[in-house]
Amino acid sequence: MLVELGHFALVLAMMMCAAQACFGLAGPALGKPHWQSVTFSAVAGQLLFVGLAATALIHAFISNDFSVLYVASNSNSALPTFYRVAAFWGAHEGSLLLWICVLCLWTVAVALRAHRLPPAFASRVLGVMGLVSFGFMLFTLATSNPFQRLVPGALDGRDLNPLLQDFALAVHPPILYAGYVGFTVGFAFACATLIEGRRGQEWARWMRPWTILSWAFLSCGIALGSWWAYYELGWGGYWFWDAVENASFMPWLLATALIHSLAVTDKRGLFKSWTLLLAIGTFSLSLLGTFLVRSGVLVSVHSFAADPARGVFILAFLVIVIGGALTLFAWRAPKLVSNAGFALLSRESMLLFNNILLVVATAVVFGGTLAPLIAETLGLGTLSVGPPYFAPSFMIPVLPLLTLLGLGIHARWRRGGLLHARQSLLIAAGAALLLAAAIGMGAYSSRSVLAWVGASLGLWLILSSLIDPIDRLRRKLSLPAAIMGMSIAHIGLGVFVLGVTLVETTTVERDVALRAGQGAQLAGYTFTYQGGESIAGPNYTGFRGHVLVTRGSKTVARLTPEKRSYWATGSVMTEAGISAGWNRDLFAALGEDVGAGAWSLRLQYRPLIRFIWFGALIMAIGGITTLFDRRYAPAVAPTTDTGTDVAAQRATP
Amino acid sequence: MNCSRGLLLMLLVASCAWAVDNTPALPTEILQQRYRALTHELRCMQCQNESLADSNVPLAADLRLQVRELLVAGKTDAEVRDYMAARYGEFILFRPRMNWRNAWLWLAPAVLLIAGVAVAVRIIRRRSRMLAGDDSPEDGLES
Amino acid sequence: MNRFLWPLVGFALLVIVLTVGLRRAPDKSIIASPLIGKVAPTFDAPDLIDGTRRVSGVALKGQWYLLNVWGTWCVGCRAEHAALLAIHDEGRVSIIGLNWKDDDLAAIAWLAQLGNPYAAIGADRDGRIAIDWGVYGAPESFLVNPEGVVVEKQTGVMTPEIWRARFLTHLDSAAKAAP
Repeated sequence: MLVELGHFALVLAMMMCAAQACFGLAGPALGKPHWQSVTFSAVAGQLLFVGLAATALIHAFISNDFSVLYVASNSNSALPTFYRVAAFWGAHEGSLLLWICVLCLWTVAVALRAHRLPPAFASRVLGVMGLVSFGFMLFTLATSNPFQRLVPGALDGRDLNPLLQDFALAVHPPILYAGYVGFTVGFAFACATLIEGRRGQEWARWMRPWTILSWAFLSCGIALGSWWAYYELGWGGYWFWDAVENASFMPWLLATALIHSLAVTDKRGLFKSWTLLLAIGTFSLSLLGTFLVRSGVLVSVHSFAADPARGVFILAFLVIVIGGALTLFAWRAPKLVSNAGFALLSRESMLLFNNILLVVATAVVFGGTLAPLIAETLGLGTLSVGPPYFAPSFMIPVLPLLTLLGLGIHARWRRGGLLHARQSLLIAAGAALLLAAAIGMGAYSSRSVLAWVGASLGLWLILSSLIDPIDRLRRKLSLPAAIMGMSIAHIGLGVFVLGVTLVETTTVERDVALRAGQGAQLAGYTFTYQGGESIAGPNYTGFRGHVLVTRGSKTVARLTPEKRSYWATGSVMTEAGISAGWNRDLFAALGEDVGAGAWSLRLQYRPLIRFIWFGALIMAIGGITTLFDRRYAPAVAPTTDTGTDVAAQRATP
Repeated sequence: MNCSRGLLLMLLVASCAWAVDNTPALPTEILQQRYRALTHELRCMQCQNESLADSNVPLAADLRLQVRELLVAGKTDAEVRDYMAARYGEFILFRPRMNWRNAWLWLAPAVLLIAGVAVAVRIIRRRSRMLAGDDSPEDGLES
Repeated sequence: MNRFLWPLVGFALLVIVLTVGLRRAPDKSIIASPLIGKVAPTFDAPDLIDGTRRVSGVALKGQWYLLNVWGTWCVGCRAEHAALLAIHDEGRVSIIGLNWKDDDLAAIAWLAQLGNPYAAIGADRDGRIAIDWGVYGAPESFLVNPEGVVVEKQTGVMTPEIWRARFLTHLDSAAKAAP
């Protein structure tokens, strides 16, 4: 009964969204201010009904209602309760409902802050978001109903994919979606700006916090996915340039460009049309990602069950929403001009390079991901693209980007110039090169040039980002949240680069078969297999091995890799045994039982691998820190339509 | 542990160690490294998103053995890739081959970079000229 | 043209590519065989039933044959067995079996139980021959013409419909060309 109520609630929510879209967009257009308040009521209604629908589905999972097809396909009575809730987003239908829920929450957030915006603008933003919500709800109800009944009901469910029965992967989708879906807000702001034909730059100030917050969520979501892949998939990889991974990475790259472009537009009123295009583009890539994952167009381990019929629907949705936005753009953007100038070594110029290089990087990933499809369409035969293409190709725009970054953060606006910082920068560059060589050769006995280059870049970013905060603190000047956040974020990127460099160049990996008591040597450590025992879990049986890691005579770690066989699906999962350290991971995964009490094992020594995910986390923290800057505080008066915000000017140190 | 002792130890281990896939180790370290690289570059045709090195299925084991034999027989990396592609098509290669057909894919990053830089230079030139005629007050340094 | 229209144009191109991709979507995991139109790989395997004889491609030159890759461990092979028997009864082409990585005794018992549509069966115990034919799953079937060229491949279960639509057509057009 509750399930049907949930279904009906979703239908009502869809109607609320239709109202939200209609009143939100028509109200200002027809000059009816009281329609705008209807929009807010519609948002409240959406929240209520989406909440009901979500509750109904969660309840069905928790109470093991296997008469619901989705629950029967993705859950099992032996599944622990936590995973029963996580099974909500375990497959296509539920993940769509998750998208709807997250979009609803973002809409509510925008509505709650709407009083800071001009009423007509806020109304239009909510209207556009209503349109997107409506589209998703229509899609869900028409093709992917999670509330569909299974008649007769199953005795027990098929179980949640064992890969997903893991904490990190359980929370990965909500966080990822918080990012992905959050770009709808930026998109809505861009559309509202274009609809109104605004010629100024105030909208950039309004858009920044929303975009940064979404970006921070997405950074965490991607990092979580990478971390999970590392310890769950059994061979210690953390990024595969898989189509679906790329589908989440591309919006991230473009969103990073957007954040930086917004800074220029906010500050100097430049790049207005470009920024708007980026906002549309970032959201488009989010939608495109949704399409790619569900339509069967690309081969991927991540994709949901391919269904071309659903693909057609999403594609149509893409055409309407993005096509519409781009048409709007083509109509309005030509009028967005600015006569501001800037010099070669100015901040604007550096941020321009930032954008261009990030867009090139996005295009490279995009091209590689879609290459098989493009080759097919153009009749160029089959093409297959994997890490050996992506890794070097991605470096081409990214290495210059990282190099310029260290300089760019110090460039001044407008007339620019780096002379004021040249001493500190030279010291930073020299220190980075020396330290990188010292670390590479000293700690890791690595003669690799690539390692030196990568480590230098990472250290360069960290040191360069520290120059300004240290200088300010030394001179007892204020350290605004914006500058602190920027420095933290760039330091995070440096940490990330260091991690990736060391992992890719100095990892040691060995596949061995060991009997109990036998050991293998790896990078100065001895991994001794000590045998193992059979194990049983709540919904699986398996084997757990024990590996003792020693260095010299000191015990460093005891690893317990497992191999599990889940009853319901019969799938076999590998749980790696990992000893995590801030500066290295020791990794052991069970391969196969090779008989006579021996098992094959994959052993790895992974230096600085934690830096990869900590780097991403630090970046997100940096981003969120900037949100606390005074410029976004309510006390600052809304700007006029044409001028720059005088209140945000800072004194030249 | 210095370099040469480490290498010796690795060789000893390699000669008595069996890979996760149970393929016997190759006679020399160079061959073992080439084997490693190649099996990471070839796709497992059954679990199509895993490489031969990472896949557990019997077909992957057979193909790894085949790669081993080709390497021991003295084939070059290119010949191994050709061998596999002749039987399974381009799809088995994770690295698209460098030929005229795929040229656009491999050249794209560099071409895009050059084009991007050219655009940036054009914009900067134009804005620098505008700067000359612009005399509003200086802004402070901030993000 | 208004340069602000380029994003829309680019998007339109993307949509075209995606639409084409969608049409092909169901076959995404089925890879086109590079062998089609090429000379069939040579093979020489011990006969499954009579260990003293050999099954080889050379001996089969001059006639049409369907090479069917199968194993007792393969669920789809069991499903297509009836279709294979029907093709055998039709008598237009001989079916050569390639028993892939299987247990000999189990295979012989399987055929005894379900019927034997094969004119001869080669035992590919180490999988080498399968690799030469680019086999990546069972069942798979290859149609080879008298000149020794592979003209058609079925990846997956063979059905009477597929046989009629894609395989018989080759036999029929060859029969018409050389009456």
